[in-house]
Amino acid sequence: MRELSLHILDAVQNSIEADANRIYIKIKEDFGRDKLIIEIEDNGKGMTTEFLKEVLDPFKTTRKTRHVGLGLPLFSAAAENCNGDFKITSKKDKGTKITATFQYSHIDRAPLGDMVGTIVAILCSDKEIDLFYHHQVDNKKFEFNTQKLKKILGNISLANINAIKWLKSYLKYNFKKLYKNGGV
Amino acid sequence: MGVFRLPKIKSLEELRKLREEAIKSIRVRESTSTKITVGMGTCGIAAGAREVMHAILDELEKRKIDANVITVGCIGLCAEEPLVTIERGGQPGITYGKISIKKVTKLIEEHLIKGNIIDEWVISRG
Repeated sequence: MRELSLHILDAVQNSIEADANRIYIKIKEDFGRDKLIIEIEDNGKGMTTEFLKEVLDPFKTTRKTRHVGLGLPLFSAAAENCNGDFKITSKKDKGTKITATFQYSHIDRAPLGDMVGTIVAILCSDKEIDLFYHHQVDNKKFEFNTQKLKKILGNISLANINAIKWLKSYLKYNFKKLYKNGGV
Repeated sequence: MGVFRLPKIKSLEELRKLREEAIKSIRVRESTSTKITVGMGTCGIAAGAREVMHAILDELEKRKIDANVITVGCIGLCAEEPLVTIERGGQPGITYGKISIKKVTKLIEEHLIKGNIIDEWVISRG
């Protein structure tokens, strides 16, 4: 995939398919240590130890529509091709956590890309989920969570077209602040 | 169509204001039961579904059309991604395949504004 934000969207779709209703995305862009770390954690149904061993094999998948699951193997390859690594831990009925680490300056590292697009696509899911987002660029941080936003919106859905418009503008503004001194 | 003017908004306080405004138009929204579903499995994402979804949101906003845009996982027609299903007013959904950003304007104009189904793009009905 052309952007790391597309891998993130894909991994979160797995969480949603696994019936998670709390999803944590943590991104750390550490210029000093030349690392980009992406963590995605959920409270979905998790995987058994046996399945976990096989999850990075493209010929394993839980889906019934098609028999090849490519999402995680692609994400894992993207990290490993950039002098990084890919870890996945999971507990049955508790949840799953993915950690992808990249060498920040690696020539093959895809840009993070359109995180606003990814976050909005996640929040338009047909399932009821809460997203907890934490993004650090060097020493600057941006955090938000949908519980807080939903509280303000009351009975208005976050997928409401006007709420989406607000969310886009809110995210764009905060990412701009986050990247004021560089980064991709 | 129950669309209200929106100021430049960055703060949570502005979200509160938006809510007040949205409540005023919510009855109109509930009565419009147009639902647009975009497939967001690995297959869809790799084929550009996220960008197509945003093009749809932009087009709806530009034309002041009220509709709910929803993402779903893979439905098993991976070779036809990006997939977009349009359901209107309780009628059976029409699923279009291989919808690119370039096709979005025509799709919204024909299906939602003129009420014409674009037969050559349809891959399943109902």
